[in-house]
Amino acid sequence: MIDTCLKETIDVAVIGAGHAGCEAALACARLGLSTVVFTMSADNIAFMPCNPHIGGSSKGHLVREIDALGGEMGKVIDKTFLQSKMLNTSKGPAVHSLRCQADKMEYSKAMRRVLENQENLFIKQAEVSEILFEDVTDESLRHKGYKKRITGVKIFSGMIYEAKAVILCTGTYLKSRCLTGEAITYSGPNGLLPSNYLSESLLKAGIELRRFKTGTPARMDGNTIDYSKMSEQFGDSPVIPFSFDTDPEDVQKPQVSCWLTYTNEKTHEIIRKNIDRSPIYAGIIEGIGPRYCPSIEDKVVKFPDHDRHQVFVEPEGTYTNEMYIDGMSSSLPEDVQLAMYRTVPGLENCRIVKNAYAIEYDCLCPGQLHPTLEIKDIRGLFSAGQFNGSSGYEEAAAQGLYAGINAAMQIQHRDYLTIDRSEGYIGVLVDDLVTKENLEPYRMMTSRAEYRLLLRQDNADIRLRHKGHDVGLIDDERNEKLLIKEKLIEEEVTRLKNTTVGANSNIQKFMEKIGSTPLKTATSLAELICRPELNYDNIAEIDNERKPLPADVIEQVEITIRYEGYINRQHRQVEQFKKLEKKLIPDDIDYNDVGSLRLEARQKLEKFRPANIGQASRIGGVNPADISVLLIYLDTINRSSSDEK
Amino acid sequence: MGNVLNKFNDDTITAIATAMSDAGIGIIRVSGSDAVTICDKIYISSKKKHDLPDHEPNTIKFGYIVDPADDKIIDEVMISFMKAPHSYTKEDVIEINSHGGMLVMNEIMNLLLNNGCRLAEPGEFTKRAFLNGRIDLTKAEAVMDIIGAQSRFALESSRGQLQGNIYKEVKSLRESIIYQMAFIESAIDDPENYDLTGYSEKLRQIVVPMIERIEMLIKSADEGKIRKDGIKTVIIGKPNAGKSSLLNALSGNERAIVTEIAGTTRDVIEETIRLDDIILNLIDTAGIRDTEDLIEKIGVDRAKEKIAEADLCLYILDSTKDIDDEDRQIMSLCENKNTIIILNKNDLKGNIKITSDMIVSEFSFVDIDKLPVVTASLLNGEGIDFLKNAITDLFFNGEIVPKQEIYITNLRHKRLLIEAVNSLKLVLSSIDNDLSEDFYTVDLTSAYTSLGEIIGEEIGDDLAEEIFSKFCMGK
Repeated sequence: MIDTCLKETIDVAVIGAGHAGCEAALACARLGLSTVVFTMSADNIAFMPCNPHIGGSSKGHLVREIDALGGEMGKVIDKTFLQSKMLNTSKGPAVHSLRCQADKMEYSKAMRRVLENQENLFIKQAEVSEILFEDVTDESLRHKGYKKRITGVKIFSGMIYEAKAVILCTGTYLKSRCLTGEAITYSGPNGLLPSNYLSESLLKAGIELRRFKTGTPARMDGNTIDYSKMSEQFGDSPVIPFSFDTDPEDVQKPQVSCWLTYTNEKTHEIIRKNIDRSPIYAGIIEGIGPRYCPSIEDKVVKFPDHDRHQVFVEPEGTYTNEMYIDGMSSSLPEDVQLAMYRTVPGLENCRIVKNAYAIEYDCLCPGQLHPTLEIKDIRGLFSAGQFNGSSGYEEAAAQGLYAGINAAMQIQHRDYLTIDRSEGYIGVLVDDLVTKENLEPYRMMTSRAEYRLLLRQDNADIRLRHKGHDVGLIDDERNEKLLIKEKLIEEEVTRLKNTTVGANSNIQKFMEKIGSTPLKTATSLAELICRPELNYDNIAEIDNERKPLPADVIEQVEITIRYEGYINRQHRQVEQFKKLEKKLIPDDIDYNDVGSLRLEARQKLEKFRPANIGQASRIGGVNPADISVLLIYLDTINRSSSDEK
Repeated sequence: MGNVLNKFNDDTITAIATAMSDAGIGIIRVSGSDAVTICDKIYISSKKKHDLPDHEPNTIKFGYIVDPADDKIIDEVMISFMKAPHSYTKEDVIEINSHGGMLVMNEIMNLLLNNGCRLAEPGEFTKRAFLNGRIDLTKAEAVMDIIGAQSRFALESSRGQLQGNIYKEVKSLRESIIYQMAFIESAIDDPENYDLTGYSEKLRQIVVPMIERIEMLIKSADEGKIRKDGIKTVIIGKPNAGKSSLLNALSGNERAIVTEIAGTTRDVIEETIRLDDIILNLIDTAGIRDTEDLIEKIGVDRAKEKIAEADLCLYILDSTKDIDDEDRQIMSLCENKNTIIILNKNDLKGNIKITSDMIVSEFSFVDIDKLPVVTASLLNGEGIDFLKNAITDLFFNGEIVPKQEIYITNLRHKRLLIEAVNSLKLVLSSIDNDLSEDFYTVDLTSAYTSLGEIIGEEIGDDLAEEIFSKFCMGK
């Protein structure tokens, strides 16, 4: 008899090849681990089932951070964007955010190519039906709270892949169903196959699941749209690339426009009259949807005083006429959809290529994740993306990269990658996911970052690239480049602070010319830059010793000087924050042993099992007195154990 | 956010270590690595020098607490310094022994807080003592119980002290703040939908009255403090108008208790007099007792100084004499002060030359509602009841409530209100400095957090909730 191959042995199995899965698989493979990434459809890798853009407020920050750490998203969008805009440029540097319209097909193809060309990585089109695990017998692992250990996955055909780590990146595919009014299809997004078996296996492993929902608007035939009734939205010139490694020259190209139009009272009336036919309002949908991304029927019902809502009409790609109707997602029946879309100026004669729909899916209940994105009970089982209760391509990619790196670190017995709330939006995202209830799909927002003045998109490389280098995803050459940049910034800031100009007639003439108040005494160039009407550029003529510097260095110099007071204030807050993050809570703590904890605090701490005091303090329902009690308890343990020694 | 985190860390903390009572003697404790540096700013030794760092540990010394802003002496104290680890908390600890009564102790506390101390959380000294190994392991349970119980108690009593209207006011301020935060954040998240053009000026129009509202609350905190700690009172009048008669009448009154603190040489508070629920802290009574010629001796300038210092001026006129220029001059000093005019010698009927009607017509700024006039015959002890009612009207809106049921008496509440005002002022300065809107939320958040601490509410996910419920996110 000839032996068949019923079993393959690899290091890491990534389930799902969406934005999380791609980053996770690439990270593991690049770190030298043999990696398989399973997808329901190899032709839909890194597919964008909803909006056709990457980035946006705070999401743009995530993409920059992914890039700083050695992820792929920024590089691929730089190659495949149709339009690019830096948002919030009239506001402070902390909230500037890059957003690109993507060519969906080109993006998917480009990412697929990267995966295919990646050493150690192979793509497998298959439905994973089971995760395989065994009980943990090793005392030291049990001590860390692990009950099981992952051993691999089984696919629907019966084939087994033995693996040291498995990363769940199942997106919206677990037991998904799509709803357009009364019409329900048991499918994944965009008619793709759902994953129907894995949920049962996860439940068997003791993982708690819940049901979330999200939605998407219709795609219109562009030939049936009258753009003359809409206002054209252009991209920026020049374009700023996402990736720190992209040559800015390469992204200057003709851009495609988007279009702005509005709903009106007629639209709203149609929606109101037919609201009982919406599966959400009729109670058919059980899943919890995101309030930050409301369907048009939600907007009309919850904001009755708004007489119109914005509608952006955006290209899906250059390969198709299809246009995405941003701002009008819906789960109303097709006939209502048609009537409602046709009330919008420019859409009067529209034809719908793909109906709007809501999609429901299984995802993880909060409190089950380590800060490494490993499932607490199961050694080697990691998860990322929408499965963790987030939404958005960028949130998914960020988690995928983070989980992928940490799975690799675990296998290679190296220190986990940690990014805390003061170091990156990724840190905020992960911390929020592991310490909060998150009753709806989680979206990144700049307001969630308490140290946002430090976490700017412009300094993501300075914040995180060295970490990427330590991990092994950023090569020495790129790291060296950053070291040089940092040195130039520091030297220039010092020089500007130490160079003073006197209150002589030349200077006063200059000040007068530029519309700034005359100097009273000698003043440093740095102080001058702090004046609202002055900047690094326009003081060039009174700065005699200036050397030419790259634009990204000048940007950092200017921000460092201009916002020094605020930045220092945040740095002081971060110091306090770090002290608490360093106070670790043992993995095997029994909260029943901690006397004087209030019941609510005890329950919440037990549910989330925070890794450190800082995390504990952020769990809702745990108050400062509970934290004090916990500190004393930890001290008791430490003292008792040192007494034993 | 930062101030919340501080609570778990090792900054320098302070609290009044002895029970708050009318005893007049108490200890303020300061613990932490900056204890010496901070206390040195507000302490001078008997050599009138800021030399606390030279103070030998574990000894007690005599000196003065001064306000570093103007070097004014606040109190004379005994100060002891216990160097780490030889102290209760095993940190550097300074204890200030004050005899000045609660008013003075509060002033000292405020100086410490303004100069870098943080008000200790309930049980925090004990917590530090434990964490620094001062307290035996076997007492861990007890320590945890103490912290739990003290914080529950603090929360309850803090809620108990909040009158319904103040609670409502703080809540409404917070709602207004978070709405603005949510608007700014919505505009950052969805800039194509929410436009911030011209917003900064609108925000200024919203923040300015907010500051006024909180300052009103701080005033009511002072009112609570006044009720608890006494009203700083100065008696003013020309020679022979009856100042010492007033003092005697107040002291001699059967309801009054007089505490004279021996050895005080400064003109801070020298006598405390209680009229039922009202406590008067009289300034410069020595001057009155020694001589009747106060005004002559000290002159108008000094009177001005005294008036400025006081919460209440009792201005005594001899109603048998005509109003002269000196009266007019002194009266004009009282224009913006809580003043009660006492028309003394009202018993000598027939000779009365000044009546309350005349006062009103003579002094254009006198509004009879705000500046009450009391007729009295102090030699006979008559008119003290009217005086008491006038004080009650002036300070407590006419209602005398039991001393326990006070408004925001709590030092902590006042602190938090001040922090909130300071944060809102920073918002205004960000607007003035033309900073962009995302900077406003930094300080709006601080104000929101401070106000939340007063009513025991955390920030949690409030902002996201507010954004999603009030603003319709588009793209």
